[in-house]
Amino acid sequence: MTDFTLILITLVEIVVMVTALMLGVVIMTWVERRLSAVIQFRLGPNRVGPFGLFQPFADGIKFLTKEDIFPSESYKPIFLLAPGLALVTALFAFSVIPFGPTIELFGQQIDLVVLDMNGGLLFGLAATALGVYALVCAGWASRNKYSLMGGLRSSAQMISYELALGLSVIGVFMISGTLRPTLIVQQQAGWFWEWNVFSGGQVLGFMIFVIAGFAETNRLPFDLPEAESELVAGYHTEYSSMKFSMFFMAEYVSMITISALVTTLFLGGYNLGFPVPFEGWPLWILQVAAFVAKVGCFLFLFVWVRWTLPRFRYDQLMDIGWKRLFPLALFNIILTGLLVAFDVI
Amino acid sequence: MELVAFVILTTMALVSGLVVIRHRNKVVAALALAGNLVSIAGFYLLINAQFLALLQIIVYAGAIMVLILFVIMLLNLPDESRRPGVGGIQGVLGVLLAVAFVVILGMALYNATEGSSFPAATGEFGTVESVGVTLFTNFFYAFEAISLLLVVAMIGAVLLAKRRL
Repeated sequence: MTDFTLILITLVEIVVMVTALMLGVVIMTWVERRLSAVIQFRLGPNRVGPFGLFQPFADGIKFLTKEDIFPSESYKPIFLLAPGLALVTALFAFSVIPFGPTIELFGQQIDLVVLDMNGGLLFGLAATALGVYALVCAGWASRNKYSLMGGLRSSAQMISYELALGLSVIGVFMISGTLRPTLIVQQQAGWFWEWNVFSGGQVLGFMIFVIAGFAETNRLPFDLPEAESELVAGYHTEYSSMKFSMFFMAEYVSMITISALVTTLFLGGYNLGFPVPFEGWPLWILQVAAFVAKVGCFLFLFVWVRWTLPRFRYDQLMDIGWKRLFPLALFNIILTGLLVAFDVI
Repeated sequence: MELVAFVILTTMALVSGLVVIRHRNKVVAALALAGNLVSIAGFYLLINAQFLALLQIIVYAGAIMVLILFVIMLLNLPDESRRPGVGGIQGVLGVLLAVAFVVILGMALYNATEGSSFPAATGEFGTVESVGVTLFTNFFYAFEAISLLLVVAMIGAVLLAKRRL
C-alpha cells in the first residue's frame, strides 16, 4: 500500500468517524429529551417532525442564530479557545477505537480504525486527560466566580477519577498482553463468554471503569462542575450561541467515546458474541452494527442514570474517587495478577 | 514529511517557551507551558519513543500542569505591571549559563558523526513492551530504587501536610 492510498484511506475514515459522531450527538440530544420525558411522565419535544425527530435541527438553527456574547471582562483568546479545545480532545480520543473489523474494499485491506497505534489505549486516555484544560480555561477566562468554581471543580474531579479510570483498565492489559485496541478486540472473538468482562474476570474493573467514566464526562450524578442549583451553569455560564453548543457537543462526544471504550475493552468491541456460518460483507456489516448497538446500550444507561439519580455532594465525590474506587482498582490489579500468575485465566 | 513535522513542532516549542517566560498573565504562561510539553511529546514521537510521548502527555500535561494551573487560578495573582527585566547578577549569570549550554550542545552535535554513538531506532524501540522489558531487566535495581524514593517522598509530603491539619 502506497503512502498516498494510506493517507487517502485515513482521511476518508476521519470524515466517516466525525460524521458518525456528529450524527450520534444529534440522535442523542433527541433521545435524551424524549427519554427524560418518559422517565418523568412528560411528553417531551414531539412537535417538530414525526415524534419530534427534527427537534435537534431546530435546536441547531436556534444556536446558530443566537447572539454570540463575549463578557466585557473575559479574557478573549482563551475564552474563544476553550470550546474548540473541548470538542477537539473529545474527538481525538475516539480515533483509536476500532469500530469494525478489517474489511476488503477495492482490493485494499482496510482496518476500520483511524489510528491503529501500539499504545492506542494510552492515546485515548491522554486525549481525555487534555480535555480538562477546556473546562478549566472556560471557567477562568469567563471572569465569573461561578464559572471559576466550576472550572476548579472539574479539574479536581477529572484528575481524581482519571486515576481510577487508568488503573481499572490495567487488568485488561494484563490478560491481553497488549495496549493495541485492535488486538484486544480480536482476542475477544467467538462466544460472548470470551469477552474480557467474563473470561478475563474483569467484572470489578468493568464497574470501576463505568463509574469513573460517568465522572470523566461530567454527567450526573457527577455533574458538579455545572451543578445548576449551586453554580448557575458552572464553567459554561457565560457561553452563548455556537460556543455553548460546542461544549454541549463535546459532552455528548465524550459520552459516546467512553461508551465505545467500555465496549472495546470489556465487551468484545465489534464481536457479535456468537459464531455465524457466513463471512465477508454480511458479517462485516453485522459487526459494525453490533458495535453501534453495544455503544447504544451504554448511551441509554447514561441517560437513564442522569434522570434517575440525584447529584453527589462534593466531599462524597472525593470520597468515592479516592477512598473507594482507587483501592478497589488496586485490588483488581492484584487479583488479576494472581489469576494470571496461576494460569486461571 | 518528518522534516515538516519537525519544523512545526520546533516552532510550537519555541513560541510557547517564549510565551512562558515573557507573558504578563500567569495563567497564559502556564497554558503555554502545557503547550510546550505537548510539542515536546511530539518530538518523542518523531524519534519513535511513543510510550514516552504518551506518558509525557498523560502525566505532565494532563495531571501536573493542571494542578499548577489550579494553584495559579486560586491565588488569583495580578498581572505583572512590567515585563521581567534583564539586569543585575541574575541577568549576567543567565546569559553566561545560556552561552555555556549552547556551547555544550554545539560540541555534542559537532562531535557526533553519523552512526557512531546512537544506533538507529527500530520499529520496536519505544513501544510499551520494549520499555517495560528494559526497565524490568537491565535497569531493575535502579527502577525499584526510584519507586522506593517516590514512596518516601509521598510519605514525607503526607507527614508535612498532616502537621498543619
